[in-house]
Amino acid sequence: MPERTLMGGNIAVAEGAILAGCQAYFGYPITPQNDLLEHMARHMPEEGRVFLQTESELAAINMVYGAAAVGFRAMTSTSSPGFSLQQEGISYMAGAEMPAVIVNIMRAGPGLGNIGGAQGDYMQCTRGGGHGDYYLINLAPSTVQEMMDFTMLAFELADKYRNPTLVVADGFLGQAVEPVIMRERVKKLPEKKWAITGAKGRPKNRINSFEMNPIDHPRRIKLLLDKFERMRISEVRYEALNTEDADIIVVAYGSAARSALSAMKTARNKKLRVGLIRPITLFPFPYQPLADLAERGCKFVVAEMSGGQMLEDVRIAVGNQNEIKLANTYGGVPLEADPIFEAIDLMM
Amino acid sequence: MSDYDNVIFARPDIMVDRATHFCPGCGHGIIERLVGEALQELDLQERAICIGSIGCTVTAYEYFKVDGMEAPHGRAPCVATAIKRCRPDLVPFAIQGDGDLASIGAGEIVHAAARGEKITIIFANNATYGMTGGQLAPTTLMGMYTASTPGGRTAEQSGWPIRMSEMLATLDGPAYIARVAVNTPANVRKAKRAVELAFRTQLAGLGFAMVEILSMCPINWKVEPVDAPAWMTNNMIPQFPLGEYKVLPGVAALKKGDRS
Repeated sequence: MPERTLMGGNIAVAEGAILAGCQAYFGYPITPQNDLLEHMARHMPEEGRVFLQTESELAAINMVYGAAAVGFRAMTSTSSPGFSLQQEGISYMAGAEMPAVIVNIMRAGPGLGNIGGAQGDYMQCTRGGGHGDYYLINLAPSTVQEMMDFTMLAFELADKYRNPTLVVADGFLGQAVEPVIMRERVKKLPEKKWAITGAKGRPKNRINSFEMNPIDHPRRIKLLLDKFERMRISEVRYEALNTEDADIIVVAYGSAARSALSAMKTARNKKLRVGLIRPITLFPFPYQPLADLAERGCKFVVAEMSGGQMLEDVRIAVGNQNEIKLANTYGGVPLEADPIFEAIDLMM
Repeated sequence: MSDYDNVIFARPDIMVDRATHFCPGCGHGIIERLVGEALQELDLQERAICIGSIGCTVTAYEYFKVDGMEAPHGRAPCVATAIKRCRPDLVPFAIQGDGDLASIGAGEIVHAAARGEKITIIFANNATYGMTGGQLAPTTLMGMYTASTPGGRTAEQSGWPIRMSEMLATLDGPAYIARVAVNTPANVRKAKRAVELAFRTQLAGLGFAMVEILSMCPINWKVEPVDAPAWMTNNMIPQFPLGEYKVLPGVAALKKGDRS
């Protein structure tokens, strides 16, 4: 059996980034992800890599933009209010097709809200978040192991699509401590011929999102939209458990999916035919598997720590015919298994 | 570079042979030209990274045959910081206007300067928002009529103009800060030396360097292009005195080397 290391969720993100060859980290302190920034402050310089605590999340994302532009694997991490500030830079990076990883360890909003974990940024994360036509691949871990693995995957997907990629987890997961199997270091990073590394022996490279000519801009946007369509075709990830014979499907991601798993087990022990769909990519969302289950006549329980945001995506997938119940908490309160089971029970 | 003998004035090779986007009488063309001359003379074609920041400077990266990128409004110092920290061998520079640097990007420039980032900032101050049509800027003069101060700037409504060079010079991080102007041939020559020194400060690894360049914007000042240089002398320079505000000993040594 491989050796396991006990590790916090935020630390697993930091370690995953280092293993994935993250060459530059920029961040600003915000609870509940400070241990991530602090871990990078210690370990990035040890690796001979760039670490900088910035004056704001706004500065952090724009430094990530600059680092990505010179071809570095770059990253920032933050929590919800900071993520709001970063939308400007993320939009520019999507427009300029700059790969980078952004980690949002969500807390409760709106406004200053509360430092407790939450999933209230779902819409902001999955719909681009900033201005203009763009999307980010959203990877949503639900274990500390996945915090590491998905951070590593995020760097791969960012480079594959030349697009910022988001790791989105709630504060409870960031603070959770679990055994983790350490992964292999990524040894070879992709070559980036588009990077601005000095116009030596080649024509100059230019990185921008601006098109002065209104004829050129729609053409550029069309290329972006085609890219997002390729993501929808190739990058949908989800976990399906006990769906084969299920009458009721619980849909949950992040730490809520762990409670949903417990609720499903309780239901199965009571001979209730309940399954679980756990979206791993929130964008692209697994609409098709949910639509297929709806077609079969399943009912759905959406379990999330928000007022009902993923609920809207489930409704898009399922349509208006099938019953959907929301089992949720909000305002920084963890979602436990009991209310999810109660929602299941009420549906039987 | 020319078919003519005895050429004494020509476009530097490092500049792209094209028209600029600037309005008649605008000072930005002169500023880009001075930057081009500095890049050429310091042989930075393969190392320089031009960062265009939002406003009239956004297309700066179109004018030089060097790698370039666009920064969001006011964030050029962040982009330049990251480029320099990741690749210290590169020479990032940003051209920022006064709305960009002194208003929306005031926080970013202060922190880049305070950290002593080894970057070069060319700050074009024309006392107005040129690209958006001449609204009130943080550098707009008292009493000045703008599109958003139709009765003229008043202290009660809009406070007072910010002197960025003086303010940033109070920090320990900057190595070189100067204010120059491009309204007369003599001032252009001084501006050229300052721009070059700002690049040499970075090349010598001495710290943050910024040259504030007072620039004409006749269209938004509502004066004839030919009258704009005198308008600057009479109105703008008294508010924004020319001179050097920070010259660390290492930079002074570079200057001294010039004279010998």
